[in-house]
Amino acid sequence: MRMLETEVLVIGGGVTGVGVAWDAALRGFDVILVERRDLAHGTSGRFHGLLHSGGRYVVKDPVSARECIHENRILRRTHAHCIEDTGGFFVVTPEDEDSDYPDRFVQACAETGVPCEEMAVAQALRREPRLNPRISRVFRVPDASVDGFQLTHATAQAARQAGARIFTYHQVTDLLVAGGEGDVRVVGARVFDAVRAEEMEIRAAMVINAAGAWAGRIAGMVGSRVDIVPGKGVMIATAHRLVNTVINRCKWPSDGDILVPAHTVSIIGTTDVPVADPEDLRIEEWEIRKMLAEGEKLIPGFAHTRILRAWAGVRPLYRESAVTDDRDISRKFTLLDHQERDGVAGFITITGGKLTTFRMMAEKTVDRAAAHLGSRKPCITAETPVPGAEHGPYWLGHRLREVEDGRLQNQLICECELVTRGMLENAARLNPTVTLDDLRRDVRLGMGPCQGGFCTYRAVGVIHELKLGHGVTPDTEGSDWRVADLQSPAGNPGRGRPPVSAPEPASSLADHLYDPNLLLRDFLQERWKGVVPIVWGQQLKQEQLDRLIYLSIMNADHLPDAGLKSPLSDFYGVDVTPNDVLEEPHD
Amino acid sequence: MFNADTWLPPEASLDQCIKCNICVSYCPVAEATDFFPGPKYAGPQAQRFRMAGQPAPDLSVDYCSGCRVCNEVCPNDVNIMEMNARARAALVAEKGIPLRNRLLGRNELMGKVGSHAPRLANFALHNPVSRVAADAIFGIAKEAPLPRWSTTGTFVDWWEKHYPHRLISDKKVVYFHGCATMYYEPFIGKAAVAVLEHMGYEVIVPPQNCCGLPMLSNGEFKAAGKLYDNNLRKLGPLAAEGYDIVGTSTSCTLTLKEEAPHLLDRHDETTQALTHAVWDIFEWIREHEDELPRDFIQMEMVIPYHPPCQYRAHRVGRPSMDVLALIPGVEVHESHARCCGIAGTYGYKKEKYDIAMKVGQELFSFILEEEEHHHTEFNACDSETCRWQIEHGTGQESRHPIEILAAAYGLYDLETRTTL
Ligand SMILES: Cc1cc2nc3c(=O)[nH]c(=O)nc-3n(C[C@H](O)[C@H](O)[C@H](O)COP(=O)(O)OP(=O)(O)OC[C@H]3O[C@@H](n4cnc5c(N)ncnc54)[C@H](O)[C@@H]3O)c2cc1C
Repeated sequence: MRMLETEVLVIGGGVTGVGVAWDAALRGFDVILVERRDLAHGTSGRFHGLLHSGGRYVVKDPVSARECIHENRILRRTHAHCIEDTGGFFVVTPEDEDSDYPDRFVQACAETGVPCEEMAVAQALRREPRLNPRISRVFRVPDASVDGFQLTHATAQAARQAGARIFTYHQVTDLLVAGGEGDVRVVGARVFDAVRAEEMEIRAAMVINAAGAWAGRIAGMVGSRVDIVPGKGVMIATAHRLVNTVINRCKWPSDGDILVPAHTVSIIGTTDVPVADPEDLRIEEWEIRKMLAEGEKLIPGFAHTRILRAWAGVRPLYRESAVTDDRDISRKFTLLDHQERDGVAGFITITGGKLTTFRMMAEKTVDRAAAHLGSRKPCITAETPVPGAEHGPYWLGHRLREVEDGRLQNQLICECELVTRGMLENAARLNPTVTLDDLRRDVRLGMGPCQGGFCTYRAVGVIHELKLGHGVTPDTEGSDWRVADLQSPAGNPGRGRPPVSAPEPASSLADHLYDPNLLLRDFLQERWKGVVPIVWGQQLKQEQLDRLIYLSIMNADHLPDAGLKSPLSDFYGVDVTPNDVLEEPHD
Repeated sequence: MFNADTWLPPEASLDQCIKCNICVSYCPVAEATDFFPGPKYAGPQAQRFRMAGQPAPDLSVDYCSGCRVCNEVCPNDVNIMEMNARARAALVAEKGIPLRNRLLGRNELMGKVGSHAPRLANFALHNPVSRVAADAIFGIAKEAPLPRWSTTGTFVDWWEKHYPHRLISDKKVVYFHGCATMYYEPFIGKAAVAVLEHMGYEVIVPPQNCCGLPMLSNGEFKAAGKLYDNNLRKLGPLAAEGYDIVGTSTSCTLTLKEEAPHLLDRHDETTQALTHAVWDIFEWIREHEDELPRDFIQMEMVIPYHPPCQYRAHRVGRPSMDVLALIPGVEVHESHARCCGIAGTYGYKKEKYDIAMKVGQELFSFILEEEEHHHTEFNACDSETCRWQIEHGTGQESRHPIEILAAAYGLYDLETRTTL
């Protein structure tokens, strides 16, 4: 069995985990991070995309509001390229007129230091012509749009550059414990490497549980009780941008009251439903209806625009049972030092919070870890830009501009999202890749209106030509990957066609992972899963065409190798077990 | 009728695109050059990356000729051409407009200036030296088929002479002649008046100006808006009174009917009235077929006919073919070619001339084959720039269908292009 040793072992490759790894590595600790699937496969890749100004929380939760605006300002520097400075509006729609909320909102913004400025409705409408003309007041705040995939990848790469090792498709199956009764100490973890299909052990002086909604399960491995109630939230994306500014309803935070422009789409969300299992990402019909109805209040005609896709993420809602948590830390994220809390040394859990506050969460976590390990350096993440920040803020047209300037039109694999062959190949070769969905998170493959209709078969062909799995394995640590240029057509010049020769026999590693039929089936299944809840109107027409391409022309449901499975095949399958929502929907 | 609550800008139609590629496989420009990646790419796809207030992210949209073949074949009603036109306008607003495109956009001004001394103007413009100079200095392709000014006066010069002798009738129709008829081809207008009067209509020729299309297609939306408003002032009241307005230039009528209001976001009541009053002349004649006298001369000719792209954009079928088919002995053969290539001012641009000629090839071949098999003397096409391009590409003379109809009544000589 493979054995590795490190000072800090981070469990979970969401934004919190990579943030911790980044911070700890910058402070000079030896760090390994393990993620059971791909980076940002969890909630960090299934969220709403809002870099909070804090406006949403000023009335309900001023502490969070202060944290948000503080971090909002920092991330615009350290992660500039992951953020589009859209600005945000809080609008009073006719439904919300008879309330004192807007005045309380203004007051609370002043108290929490969230910049807020009332503007003329006409001016807001000029900027956002699709906005409901019957709104009565508009406040402007520094909300922004943030790309969770990019942010996670860029932070992970910054961690790598500071010496951290990051292993994806490595699942913690158990925690290694030393000592006994009253003197329990976590000394590492048993890990299953899903690509090589082998067990390994990683020993560490400190294990940090950043497994998000799964954190309770990890803690449970050493008998620590961490009650996490996964709160499922559903979001839907329109086929193109309806607004270029984040639009919030100016009212007590609730369902479906924010519309975020994200890359080429607008996303409305969310719901909040407690579920038993963080893997339960099923979308209910009422949730879709609710999103459409709420969207209609912000944008007249919303319910009839083309919807691309629906997805869900799970918030880790922490319920403290007996012990109180650390006082100087906001209630809004949970940092549990298990040595103090339940006598388990060498083990810290960090969960909850928001993507916007991940850096601060990581800072507090590493502060705590450092106190146990013997502190090295102070936290410098607030002053350290991650790779790619040098490109400056994201703007919507950048891909098109680069494709046009470089005349790369004939290199496009995904036409909707302008993914070139070079971008795809570099991501596939240099970053650990197991499914096409991993490449989607890297370069936005298949995320446009046709939802993989035209790029899936092309991408499969490109990957096949790279001969991954046939003597060529992707560099599983991803350190050569130029994450800074991840999303840049110009930054990934194609390498031309590799010479065509018969593929070598699959090596024992990863034997079948790159089987083209498997790649194709998995990705189609993954894309279709998110379309099923919204398949009507124009998207139905689209899916008819996609169906003709894959099921009629390519006969994709009768391809050979039907028995092959990737680590994610089951996850992509449609879940048919009866639903066990913990509480009934509230309306 | 226009409804402000449900109206969406042409860009919004991008959601109807299912990426089927039908437009790509029909686009004659994408086939002719790598500089244009195709309507799907430049239209609904690029549109998702465009945002008001940000730098225009694309360049290749400038190679769209605006021929509208994409709109015509799209099974899902995506307004691709309009999207491209607006994107080009954004590009122009950002980067400024080359002098050459300004010139090409101001064909009315050119027409006016030249018509003061047409012979001199024709010489000045058409001698090989000045064509080479225009090519080098302005980028106007030296081979491209520029028109010649009428040396017998403008259309309105003639109309003023004709005015006292015009047919007076209870049935009235308004004629929009457009710039080409005004300055270059007054005989088209004369043929139109002859036919309309033969149908028993009194023709009204109100003051009017350029429809604005050349500017729209060169991305000068502001200037085009001024022209449109001027026309609205002059023609709007007639439209409101219930007069039909007919035109012999398919592109002018399309612009007045639909394109300018769409691209310029004009939806007021007078605009509504105008868009409903404007007809292409054959669309109108076909609608009034029962008033069409049947005293045709037996013609015995095969006419290769090309329905111009702009005519197809009217979505009214092939009215000229329908009407010409009534003439005994006339056999009209439709080209089925996608585009002649010129697309208004596109083919005049130096960097696009070759593309335009390549695009036109399928039409030119058709015309030449027809000539070989049926010994045709003329071909027919409703749009002036297309006719000039076809003549340039084939060497065979081209006529407006209204000239043929007038000839069929014995009112017009097709050879000399004069009314009898
Ligand atoms: C619907 C919704 C909308 C949201 N919108 C916003 C927003 O607009 N703005 C904002 O700032 N925040 C938002 N949030 C909150 C934000 O997304 C989360 O707080 C954040 O992404 C959590 O990151 P994380 O790293 O803690 O968890 P995750 O991203 O879930 O990461 C945990 C990781 O642990 C891995 N893991 C689990 N078990 C194991 C194991 N045994 N071994 C190894 N790895 C394991 C998982 O695969 C996962 O990748 C939203 C949340 C939800 C649910």
